[in-house]
Amino acid sequence: MEWNWEFTWEIMPRMLVATGNTLIAAGLGYSIAIVLGLFLALAQRTPISLLTLIVREFVEFIRSTPLVLQIFFVYYVGPQYGIDLSPWVAGMIAIGLHYSAYLSEVYRGGIESVPVGQWEACRSLSLSTSDTYFRIIIPQALPPSVAGMGNYLVGIFKDTPMLSVIGVAELMHAANAIGGQHYRYLEPYTIVGVIFLLISLPSAGVIRVFETWVRRKLGMI
Amino acid sequence: MSYTEFLAEYGPRFLDGLQVTAIQFLLAAVLAVMVSLVMGLGKLSSNPALRWPAVAYIEFFRGSSLLVQLFLLFYVLPLFGLTFDKYVTGFLALGLNLGAYGAELVRGGIQAVPRGQWEAAYSLSMSPAKRMWRIILPQALLNMLPPWGNLIIELLKGTALVALIAVPDLMFEARQINGSTFLSAQSFGTALIMYFVFARFIVTPFMRWLERFMTRKLGRA
Repeated sequence: MEWNWEFTWEIMPRMLVATGNTLIAAGLGYSIAIVLGLFLALAQRTPISLLTLIVREFVEFIRSTPLVLQIFFVYYVGPQYGIDLSPWVAGMIAIGLHYSAYLSEVYRGGIESVPVGQWEACRSLSLSTSDTYFRIIIPQALPPSVAGMGNYLVGIFKDTPMLSVIGVAELMHAANAIGGQHYRYLEPYTIVGVIFLLISLPSAGVIRVFETWVRRKLGMI
Repeated sequence: MSYTEFLAEYGPRFLDGLQVTAIQFLLAAVLAVMVSLVMGLGKLSSNPALRWPAVAYIEFFRGSSLLVQLFLLFYVLPLFGLTFDKYVTGFLALGLNLGAYGAELVRGGIQAVPRGQWEAAYSLSMSPAKRMWRIILPQALLNMLPPWGNLIIELLKGTALVALIAVPDLMFEARQINGSTFLSAQSFGTALIMYFVFARFIVTPFMRWLERFMTRKLGRA
């Protein structure tokens, strides 16, 4: 089969709109994950050991089951109990929850990397718990977490094609639709692959630069 | 329909699906290990003719999504006269994709072997192949086994995507059962639990055992 440039240009506008949707989906999902992940990480540091245990197992469960199955679960289980979720809402909940489990591990690693002396210093200055976390611990936990957080930003972007299974109109969904309409799969799927490479490879580089910037900003280099 | 009745009726189909998932998982894992060795060593080679193809391979497979690669193999390769069975396409895409991530682990594991080990092998005038196989790789393997544990879980989760090219794995069966019964919580929930049990009680303990076994084997216990 020959590559058809005319067809390529014809479908390009649709593919670019879908690329926008992919980026929006990744951004929204990541925003949810970044906030929820912090809660999951902090919940594992409370003195209530039962809560720690439950959150720990929950995180393990999310991390060891397939995202695509979680997307189906969120999308189809709601209506069974009378809650109708649109594909976008269900998709964002599923992907946000999935990555929040990963990000909570990143935060946990970052918080644990803060030296014990910092905690002791906070206690001896009798800082409140929130001051201890927000003014002393989290700023220091951030730089070691940036690399992991960046990797998961690229990761969430690469996982957005799974949202096509419930009909979120992102890149993969557009490629499937175009392929089905024109009986040509070569161009749409190749374009999807190229767009993913064009976005994810440079962003990995940008994240490295950002990581160095954060470290310098906080006076760690 | 109570949950026990549901399990009595559909349990065997879930188990059939799990069997397909397990076979896909094993074949993909074997392929991923082979690919990651070849590409990881290739990336470390001083010969640019070996290094650049390995770098290109790793960047391509890590830069775009597994789902995109699966669909490219499934829909696009037949256009060039290369037709694989869907079972083969499934584990091929998985193995090639996760192999690229594994290659980075192999590279990191080898680079973490102390220089003295290389020098000692030189001074015993071992051939390059023998040096790699007998001295460097066993120690590198021990270095990289913990991250391989995570990667293997990612591989297991990746197998759920082969359902989208109609390989009748656990995910596929869950969708079929959901489609005929409309009991979404039961069908997707059961599959989620089965994936979790497989990951948590079979795959992870095996990787831990392998770590202990290798540590003993290298006399570092």
